[in-house]
Amino acid sequence: MKFEPGTESGKANLEVFSETLMSLASGDKNVLAVTSDSRGSGKLAPFAAAYPEQIVEVGIAEQNLVGISAGLASTGKVVYAVSPACFLTARSLEQIKNDVCYSDHPVKLVGISAGVSYGALGSTHHSTHDLAVLRAINNIVIIAPSDNFETKHAVRAAATMSHPVFLRFGKRPMYHLHNPRTKFEVGRSITIREGSDVTFIATGETVYHALMAGKMLESRGISCRVISMHTVKPLDAESVLKAASDSGAIVTVEEHCVLGGLGEACAAVLMQAGARVPFRIVGLPDEYTITGSQQEIFEHYGISAKGLAETAEKLLNP
Amino acid sequence: MTDDELKIKSIHYRKKLLEYIKKAGAGHTGGSLSCVDILNVLYNRIMNISPQNFGDPARDRYVQSKGHSVEALYVVLADKGFFPESDLETLCKYRSHYVGHPTRKVNGIEHNSGALGHGLAFGAGVALSAKKDKAAYKVYVLLGDGELVEGSNWETFMAAAHYRLDNLTAIVDRNNLQITGKTEDVCGLERLDEKFRAFGWHVEIVDGHDIAALSDVLGKVPFKTDKPSLVIANTIKGKGVSFIENDHTWHHHVPTDSQYRQAQLELDNLLTELGS
Ligand SMILES: [Mg+2]
Repeated sequence: MKFEPGTESGKANLEVFSETLMSLASGDKNVLAVTSDSRGSGKLAPFAAAYPEQIVEVGIAEQNLVGISAGLASTGKVVYAVSPACFLTARSLEQIKNDVCYSDHPVKLVGISAGVSYGALGSTHHSTHDLAVLRAINNIVIIAPSDNFETKHAVRAAATMSHPVFLRFGKRPMYHLHNPRTKFEVGRSITIREGSDVTFIATGETVYHALMAGKMLESRGISCRVISMHTVKPLDAESVLKAASDSGAIVTVEEHCVLGGLGEACAAVLMQAGARVPFRIVGLPDEYTITGSQQEIFEHYGISAKGLAETAEKLLNP
Repeated sequence: MTDDELKIKSIHYRKKLLEYIKKAGAGHTGGSLSCVDILNVLYNRIMNISPQNFGDPARDRYVQSKGHSVEALYVVLADKGFFPESDLETLCKYRSHYVGHPTRKVNGIEHNSGALGHGLAFGAGVALSAKKDKAAYKVYVLLGDGELVEGSNWETFMAAAHYRLDNLTAIVDRNNLQITGKTEDVCGLERLDEKFRAFGWHVEIVDGHDIAALSDVLGKVPFKTDKPSLVIANTIKGKGVSFIENDHTWHHHVPTDSQYRQAQLELDNLLTELGS
């Protein structure tokens, strides 16, 4: 049967993270999960039950989570430091900057329930700044997987990386977007759908919505390319520039503030290459973020098939 | 080495760190002078760390959380042969690896520090790794007293006791001063020993300039099985130079030419007293 992206529902990426970590841990006692009272939200209860010696609980202390993880990683442990992205990348940002990135201890930072996954809980629990702050820190790879396939490969790739990495996961079940035979490579985007009128460059849990927008536009005679930019840093500049030369417009999509995230990263690539193309950044505006479910917040800000299709059409026909 | 030989070494370390601070026109004079004897005893008597074993996973680990006192660490590492002392001519110069705070670009340094309240958590992570591997090496973290107000330290004081990290030793360079003035005036720390005990550490208090007493105390860690060890080393900020001692304005003050000559003279007199 032919694989059709976005038609079959999978698991939450977090669950796939946990399963993948368990398979890594089963063969290597150096694989550790470090948690800050976050094993439940990180779907790590089965991991803790199966590998009690390989989970380190530090309690609600994110600074300590990252500092201890750096120490563990310095001795060769394969450390996944797991905490809600909102706390991990704010409370312990200085530990990330100094103890992990600057000191170059290869911790795998795992931001769970990222973006507006905790939409109804208010801005304390939103992480719409994490891509921006981490992009500006030297020596960290940033990956926001869009589906179970990318999650599994990103978690596995992180295990072998000798420098710091940040993985960003939401908590809702994701549709399968990739044929299992697709090649996953850190730093290289994946084109899910080919098209020539407009290109959506999306990351993380917004990729599905970009794909649905692409399908909607197709039915209106507009041909869309949809790119999953799972690695936000280092950015796959080549695919961004190719989109500019191949298609008439680019729309970027992210579950993040429009300041400092994927969209501005793409804009910088385009401007500095002298590529002129109609361009829009879709994300969360710089305002007091509304609350609701992730889905409701997405729809409110136009991160939906309908909203993204409208944005693309306006861009093509101003 | 005998106690007297180490005492002489400490004076040479002080002379050298002043020399390189003077040449660089930058550095943390007071705090470097206060922790010299602690570093001397650690590196020359206690820790199993040398240029030969620095890549060996079984080596002990030293983490300097009070990263600003890096000039003391540099002169000790140079003396131990981690790099030629002449490298320190580049201290704080354009593109030098010998930065004003420790970085791993310098041979012998485990962890980049400088932002306060970071070293202990890193050290606890290393100690926890040793426990998991049933490895025998020990971890020593040097803390400033001023930095103890950083809340992150107390997260680690709790976790290290929880994980029974008796392979972890924290040494507080208790010189009672920080950049603004007396620690007790800025944001009082006392009673420190009671705080540490309440957090589950075994505490010993020692004269941080007494080579024999430091050797004795640091040679006994862990003080208690299953408990992390805390050494409050009572020190004098600026130790060894009369006009620098106990004056918080020398936190990162660089001596003038005449102050520099006077300081070296005083340290030379100490050497003479010791028959060196
Ligand atoms: Mg002090």
